[in-house]
Amino acid sequence: MDKLAPQLYKKMLLIRKLELRLAEIYHTDAVKSPVHLSVGQESIAVGICDPLNKDDLVSNTYRCHATYIAKGGDLREMMAELYGKSQGCAGGKAGSMHLVDMKNGVVGASAVVGTTIPIAAGLALAMKFDAKKTGKQRIVVSVFGDGGTEEGCFYETINFAALRKLPMIFVCENNRLAIHTPIERRWATEKLCERIQTYGIETHKIDDADVFKIRETISSAAEKIRNTGEGPIFIECATYRWLEHVGPFDDHKDNYRDLEEYARWKKNDQIDRLAGMLDENTRNQIQQEVTDMIKDAEIFAENSPYPAAEELYTHVYAH
Amino acid sequence: MSMHTNSVATSLQKDQQDLHLIRYFEALREAFDQEMTRDPNVFLFGLDVDDHKGIQGSTLGLVEKFGRDRVFGTPLSEDAMTGVAIGAAMAGYRPIHTHIRMDFMLLCMNQLVNMAAKAHYMYNGQVQVPLVVRTMIGRSWGQGGQHSQALHSLFMHIPGLKVVAPSNAHDAKGCMIAAIRDNNPVIFIEHRLLYSTEGFVPKNSYEVPLGKARILVPGSDVTIVAISHMVMEALRARKHLDSIGISAEIIDPISLWPLDMDTIVASVQKTKKLLIVDNAWLTCGASSEILSRTIEMFQEEDHVLPAIARMGFAPTTCPTTRPLENLFYPNGRTIAVKAYEMVKGKSAKAWEPPVDARAEIDEFKGPF
Repeated sequence: MDKLAPQLYKKMLLIRKLELRLAEIYHTDAVKSPVHLSVGQESIAVGICDPLNKDDLVSNTYRCHATYIAKGGDLREMMAELYGKSQGCAGGKAGSMHLVDMKNGVVGASAVVGTTIPIAAGLALAMKFDAKKTGKQRIVVSVFGDGGTEEGCFYETINFAALRKLPMIFVCENNRLAIHTPIERRWATEKLCERIQTYGIETHKIDDADVFKIRETISSAAEKIRNTGEGPIFIECATYRWLEHVGPFDDHKDNYRDLEEYARWKKNDQIDRLAGMLDENTRNQIQQEVTDMIKDAEIFAENSPYPAAEELYTHVYAH
Repeated sequence: MSMHTNSVATSLQKDQQDLHLIRYFEALREAFDQEMTRDPNVFLFGLDVDDHKGIQGSTLGLVEKFGRDRVFGTPLSEDAMTGVAIGAAMAGYRPIHTHIRMDFMLLCMNQLVNMAAKAHYMYNGQVQVPLVVRTMIGRSWGQGGQHSQALHSLFMHIPGLKVVAPSNAHDAKGCMIAAIRDNNPVIFIEHRLLYSTEGFVPKNSYEVPLGKARILVPGSDVTIVAISHMVMEALRARKHLDSIGISAEIIDPISLWPLDMDTIVASVQKTKKLLIVDNAWLTCGASSEILSRTIEMFQEEDHVLPAIARMGFAPTTCPTTRPLENLFYPNGRTIAVKAYEMVKGKSAKAWEPPVDARAEIDEFKGPF
C-alpha cells in the first residue's frame, strides 16, 4: 500500500480538483458544452483504470471526465476540448460528452445512454481475434451507469459477450439515479448481479466504493481474462453523485434525494480516506502537483486557437 | 432470369475480359470470397449467414472456406450486433453485417445514426468505421407491411453514411468490393427480386465506384432515373416506349449517397424531361432529393426548367393481398404510360402498353 495509496490519491484528487475547477469557472462560459461531473464517484474510475495497461481500452458514458483522466487521457487536450479549441482531443467537435484519446486507450464516449456498451463488445471481439495472431490478450472495460442497464442493448450485449466469451469487464457505476429518477421507480428488483449471473457470467458487487477493493477486483478480473483469453466479468459498484445530473451545482436543495445518504457517502469519501493515510509532506506535494497540472491544462486551453472555419467540413467521411 | 439482364450486361464495361454469366447472389458471393481472400480483416456476420440457405445463396460455402471466426451467425439483437460491428471496425476490422430484411434495420438506427455515422467526425478522425451493412428489401409476394420496406432515404439523410442500391449482378459485385474497401459505413441495399437476375460479371476483382451513376440505356426523349428493383421495371418501360418510337434514357444512380447529379443533370439537359421512379415512398425520399438538386442545378445555370414527374410506392403501408399489392408498386407499364404522357403531352391519345411477358415477380415461388 506504500506506493499505491499516494498513486490512487493523486489520480482521484486530480479528477476531483479538475472538476471542481470546471464548476468554479463554468459561469464564465469558457466551457461551452454541458458537463456531467463525477464528483464523489472518482474511486470507481481510478480503481478501474489503475491496473490496466496503456493498450487496454476503457469505454465510457457521457459522464466521462473521470475515466478519461484515470486511464491517462491527455489533460491539456481534455481541457482544450472543453474550451472548444482546435488542440482539444477532438478539435472541439466532441466537447465534454464525447471525450476520446485512442492513443491512451480512451474510447470515444457517447451522449446516448447505453450506446457504447455493444461497441465495447465489438472492440473486445477484435481483441480476441488479435490475440490469436499476437498471443497477447488485451482487454476492454465497458463502464456505464445503472440507467444504462435499462437499455435493450445492454442485455443484448451481455448475452453476446457471454456467448462469445469476450475479453471484457463490464462495470456498472450504480449511483441509483437516472437524471432525477431513483432506482426504486425504475427497477423491478435490484438483483442486478443475480440477473447477470444467469448468463453464466462471474459477478462482483462492491457496496462501499472502496478504491482498493475496486482496484483489486479489476486487477484479478483482468489477470484472469488475460490468462485464459476468456471473459466477460461483471462488476457492480455502488456510488453517489454529489452534484446535479448536468451542470456545476449541488442540487440537494431540490429535495429529490435523501440528505442522510449524502452525508453517509461524504463521510465515506475515498479521497479524504486516502489523504488520511498519507503523511503531510506527501499529501502537500501531491496537492501541489495536481494544482500545477490543472493550471497548465487551463493555460494550454486558453492559448489554443478556435478551429478554423474549414474544420466544419473535415472528417465527415474518412478517406 | 430476366429478359432484360442481357441488355444491362452489354451496356457495362465491355473491355473487362473474362466475363461469366452469373446471378446477382452469386456475384455478391464472389465479392465476399475475393475480398475475404485478399484481406484477412474482412469478416461477415449476421443472423443465418452460416445456415444451409446462406442469405439467398450469397454466403454459401464461405464458412467452409474461411472458418467460423470470419463467417458467423448471431443472436437477433440487431441493435447490439450493429454496435459490435462498429467496435470491430474501429479496431481495424472490416465487418460485413447482414440483415435478412431491411425492416429490422429500424432496430439498428441508434448505432448507425449516433455512432457509425458520427464517430469519425465527432472523434475528429481518431477512429474510422469501415463497415458494410447488407440489407434486403423483402418484396416478393405477400410480404406485407413489415417485410418489404425500402428505407434508403432515412440513411441518405445522415452525414457520414454512404448508401448504395445496385440493380444488377455486375454492379452488385463491384459495389460490394468498393463498399468493403471504403473506410466509411456503407448501407448496401439488395432487393429480394434481384437475387436471381443474371448478368455478365468479370471473374476478376473490380470496383464500381460509390458516387457514380450509370447510363444503362441511352435515349433522347425522356430521362428515367430508377432505383433498385425499379431499374428492372424502367427497362421494361423502355421497351414499351421503344415500340411506339419514344426513346428513353435509363439511368441507375447505383449510389444514392453520394449521389452523382452531374450524370443525371447532363441527361436531363438533353431530354428536357425527368421521370424519377423510386423503389420507395416519395415524401422526403430519394426522388425528392434528386428533383430538388436537379432544379437547383438548372437554376444555377439559368436553364429552362425541365418537365418533371415522380413515381414510387403508393403513400400507404404495403398491403399483403395480391390485387392491392400490385397497385402499390409502379411497374413497367405504368412507368411507360407516365413517360408517354410527359413526351406527348396530356392531351395525347390514351395509350396502354401490352402486358409484360415475364417479370421477376411472376417467377417468384416463395416463401422466404
